[in-house]
Amino acid sequence: MVKTGFVERNLRILFPLPAALFVAVMMAFPVAYTLALSFTNWNLTSGAPPAFVGLRSYSRVFAESRFLAAMGRTFLFTALAVAGEGLFGIAIALVLDRRFAGKGIVKLLLLLPLVATPVAVGIVFSLFYDPTIGLADWVLSLVGLPKGAWVSGAASALPSLVLVDLWQWTPMISLIVQAGLAGLSPEPRESARVDGASEAQILWRVTLPMAMPTILTALILRTIDALKTFDIIFAMTGGGPGYASETLNVLGFKYSFQYFRMGQSSVILVVLFLVVMASSLGIMRLRSGSAA
Amino acid sequence: MKKLVAILLTLAVVATVGAQVKELRVLLANHPYGDLLKAALPEFERVSGIKVNIEQYQESQLSTKLATEFASGSSTVDVFMTRPLQDAKMFYKNGWYQSLGSYDFSDFPKNALSVVTFGSKTYVVPLVTEWEVLYYRADLLKKAGIAVPRTLAELETAAGKLNSPEVAGIASRGSGAAAVTQMSSYLYNFGGAYLDKGRAVFDSKPAVEAIRYYGRLLGTYGPTGVTAMSWDGIMPIFQAGKVAMWTDASVFYGQIVDPTKSQVPAEDVGIGNFPAGPAGNSPFISVSWGMAISKKSPKQDLARQFLDWATSADMAKRGLAAQITMARDSPWLDKTVLAKVNPSLVATRAFAAKNGVPYDRPYMSAVGEARDRIGEVIIESIDTKGESAKLEKKAADMAAKVDELLEDTGELGVQ
Repeated sequence: MVKTGFVERNLRILFPLPAALFVAVMMAFPVAYTLALSFTNWNLTSGAPPAFVGLRSYSRVFAESRFLAAMGRTFLFTALAVAGEGLFGIAIALVLDRRFAGKGIVKLLLLLPLVATPVAVGIVFSLFYDPTIGLADWVLSLVGLPKGAWVSGAASALPSLVLVDLWQWTPMISLIVQAGLAGLSPEPRESARVDGASEAQILWRVTLPMAMPTILTALILRTIDALKTFDIIFAMTGGGPGYASETLNVLGFKYSFQYFRMGQSSVILVVLFLVVMASSLGIMRLRSGSAA
Repeated sequence: MKKLVAILLTLAVVATVGAQVKELRVLLANHPYGDLLKAALPEFERVSGIKVNIEQYQESQLSTKLATEFASGSSTVDVFMTRPLQDAKMFYKNGWYQSLGSYDFSDFPKNALSVVTFGSKTYVVPLVTEWEVLYYRADLLKKAGIAVPRTLAELETAAGKLNSPEVAGIASRGSGAAAVTQMSSYLYNFGGAYLDKGRAVFDSKPAVEAIRYYGRLLGTYGPTGVTAMSWDGIMPIFQAGKVAMWTDASVFYGQIVDPTKSQVPAEDVGIGNFPAGPAGNSPFISVSWGMAISKKSPKQDLARQFLDWATSADMAKRGLAAQITMARDSPWLDKTVLAKVNPSLVATRAFAAKNGVPYDRPYMSAVGEARDRIGEVIIESIDTKGESAKLEKKAADMAAKVDELLEDTGELGVQ
């Protein structure tokens, strides 16, 4: 009886407790542990146990030119990918918002890249981009264009990876935006039309502003994901040629599992965590501004 | 009723204890020898009564998996394949290898044991050796009226003659870290080295000359996109008939001529000694794979039983018969086994065993990062076709970085 009373009195705490514990163990602990490791010099290649070194691992990582270059590449990759996916995704969503024959089939086809596993996508595109036996150069040669180095060239590796990301993730933006467009009330657009607004004016002044919260939500999700992209880059170039496509996540992996510098790798991952967090907060602020 | 339940429970407990099998967890590489062991495993299980649970991983995943499991202190791995030149120093320092005190190593070449012996104890049984060779398209060379190159100068001339828009004159690994191992024979034949007396020396004059040569050769006559290629990037284009010559490790011959994958007939693919350079001819011949027991394994006796079987002379003979270049000496002296192996491969092994260097990379704990640093110099050279005015400085900068790594790990100046 007493026990029942305790449970009943504390339902508010007891019911969410398992979920709260799950979050603490599976999410908060790894982040806290990584943060703790970032203040150590743990390096498996030295054979010595980890020791607390304060901010020394941070200063060593920040002084490394590869780290700053990888940070720049992470932003560049994300900016190019999210801008392209936003542009094409919204355009496709606007087309899909209209009625036309075969719309169902088009939507189904759009879903296919989303369900493909990234590593498989990486392997297929590696063959596609192969400079000797790949399809991409063959297509270019058909239309009389010179061969491209694609992921084999230092300058073209990152843009080539962005193209793969575009192929895979544009449909996600278009699906979210299309859902947003479908939920918009038709009245404002109709009244604009009655007032004599052109289609372009309706699009720019009415439809897009109304759909902006949804568009920004889609862009937030994509930005967070794009900043953390690992699989296609690792499967296709491993960060190369040289370091030409090395982003923060790939560098963090190399520091952990190829160089075994666990302390310094944790620094890179803490920075990546902060970058993702700050970017998300920034876009969310933008979103709340647009909603207001 | 109660009695019946008690009897049944007792029987169940007895049956469970009786059914407890002796088990081992063994991690193997995705390597032909790993496959061979896996296929032969039922024989071992039948004789020993030990159930062996095999897991197979790609080579870098295997190193990562082992290191993270061992570092966590909760590994249940008993026996594993290991790459001595990549893993041994780090694994030894961290105390992850069990020493193999009573193992009979008399059937192994001395230089193969030198990389797995620390102090007076040996920790890894060498399984497979590999050395650098020249694969060439005999038909293309014949058509062009060129003899198989015997020197690096001849190699460059031949690559120039064989190079065309359809077929690359020569290929070798160009992707930074991956190129380091195959560059090593070029380095040695120019009189250079990666490390000497525990210091990075790949910025010496002969070493930079070798790196320039490698860059000029691949930058001018190599396949498009060579700086992104390891062996797995070159293999399909060689098999597609798009490469005339290829310097790489001896292990790939079987794969190159596999009729299910290659469009080039086996009789058109030749294997020759790695060409000599200005400083002679001493290609690398290294232990690419070995097998070890985890120090933390609570089943040392069972693990040792498995290791003895998996590294036995009998298994080595089977390996060589399947074209795997085994480390033991005895299979290479067995005429019935040798009858099944390509004679050119046997000849290149004899040459490398006599003249070769037992390292194909800087032998140090932080080898992963050191390879990336040396790779930067190699890529700079390839990108500029060996012409880079910055190459000496780049080599010196990277040598300083490698020295820093040696210092970090307490290996600077230590032989």
